[in-house]
Amino acid sequence: MISIRNIHKRFGAQIVLNGINLDIEPGKTTTIVGPSGVGKSVLLKLIMGILEPDNGEILIFGKNITKARSERQRNRIRRSLGVLFQSAALFDSLTVYDNVAFPLIERGGHSRRDIHNRVLFMLEALSLESYAYNYPEEISMGIRKRVGMARSLITEPKVLLFDEPNTGLDPLVGQEVYDLIISCRQKWGFTGVVISHEIPEVFQVSDRVVMLLNGNIIEEGSPEDLMNTQNVAVRQFLEGRVDGPIKIQ
Amino acid sequence: MSFYVLTEKFGRTVLDITESWGRSWIFLFRTIRGAFTLPFRPYLLFTQLFQIGVNSSLVIALIGIFTGAVLAVQAEYTLAKFGATAYTGSAVALSLIRELGPVLTALMVIGRAGSAITAEIGIMRITEQIDALRSMAVDPMKYLMTPRFLAGLIAMPLLTSIFIVIGIAGGYVVATGLLGLSAGTFMSQMIAAVGKLDVYSGIIKSIVFGFIFGWVSCYKGYTCGFGAVGVNKATTQSVVTASVAVLVVDYFLTSVLTRVFYE
Repeated sequence: MISIRNIHKRFGAQIVLNGINLDIEPGKTTTIVGPSGVGKSVLLKLIMGILEPDNGEILIFGKNITKARSERQRNRIRRSLGVLFQSAALFDSLTVYDNVAFPLIERGGHSRRDIHNRVLFMLEALSLESYAYNYPEEISMGIRKRVGMARSLITEPKVLLFDEPNTGLDPLVGQEVYDLIISCRQKWGFTGVVISHEIPEVFQVSDRVVMLLNGNIIEEGSPEDLMNTQNVAVRQFLEGRVDGPIKIQ
Repeated sequence: MSFYVLTEKFGRTVLDITESWGRSWIFLFRTIRGAFTLPFRPYLLFTQLFQIGVNSSLVIALIGIFTGAVLAVQAEYTLAKFGATAYTGSAVALSLIRELGPVLTALMVIGRAGSAITAEIGIMRITEQIDALRSMAVDPMKYLMTPRFLAGLIAMPLLTSIFIVIGIAGGYVVATGLLGLSAGTFMSQMIAAVGKLDVYSGIIKSIVFGFIFGWVSCYKGYTCGFGAVGVNKATTQSVVTASVAVLVVDYFLTSVLTRVFYE
């Protein structure tokens, strides 16, 4: 379980997160939604330990990543996490095969044969065999996302974080990414945390939805709860109206 | 503008500069520390040595040969006024070994490889590849910065040596082939004039310039701003800062080394 306790984060004078409390249940997918600039990605980076909060703590399966004293301690906790970045963040200088093998090689403790077998298995599971020796620049964004997914799953993390998984993709490829998340979760059974503003499409991968606004959680519940809420801000966001309490930044 | 606003602006600027300076030192410390912590990844160092060293060697050789040739022409022209053209060989060699070799090599490597390093790391930063490394429990300092920094430190003296040797060869060809100096005079005067301390001085300078090259190029890439404009700005700043730093440090190094070695 991931426990987020009273997290505060500000950049200069701008308060981004103002005392966030959230429990992410194991085995379920929690989606954090909200308009651009409300701090969704900041929250994700705080969970990864890439940013440090001004106040509060985040526990990942009981281990406090915000109180880790060194990068080495943080790295130990990060080993239970996998991340699919918005742009997939594949390494340009490595082929698809090498990108997928990278976390295993860097983590150590695996023989060459073991790494090769695992990578082949992962490429096959995600239908990427034919792209194995292509470089990221030679493949489409949809395939890159699939490679990113393979790279994050290869170490079999307990938690998978998705940063805007289908932003910038056309509806068909976007749906393909959602289908991929669903099938991978069935296969590997990870805890998912999805950051998105693509509603209601993202609800199909969500067990629970949390909406952020002005540094606070203003609504949380099942996708159905959110769809039926009477909260004015949530309704404005769901209906995509310009007028309402949410100001366009 | 009121005095209060001016004071506030001045104070903010001083704080920003101090913060940036402090960050760059912490960055340097973490980069160097990466060389002494496990796991060692020699293949990354060799890759960077190839990128910085081998890939720069042709351009360094080309610049070296023409620098030596120009030096021979200029030295012969000036020395002829004093009837001392016999010293052309020593003038070419000493200028290249003590000054032009290290400085011009550093400026060329900064322009060619330094800008590439800054742009590469900057793009990795804005496309979240550095965040991806961290999310995979890989220290980006050790994985990206340390090999580039070490490669700069190793490659710079080697490239400087190539520059000097080829520069002297260029000067020799022009002096003996075009200016009518005898080969024996050129070589004997050069051997008589160049001492061990001159070579040490050149090597020390090139190592220091390699240090500046690695530090500035990596730091500017790592702290790159957002988007294409950010990478553009970082690359320009990297080349300008490192080049100016090389020239400024060269003055102080020359002053110190002259006192230590020759007085």
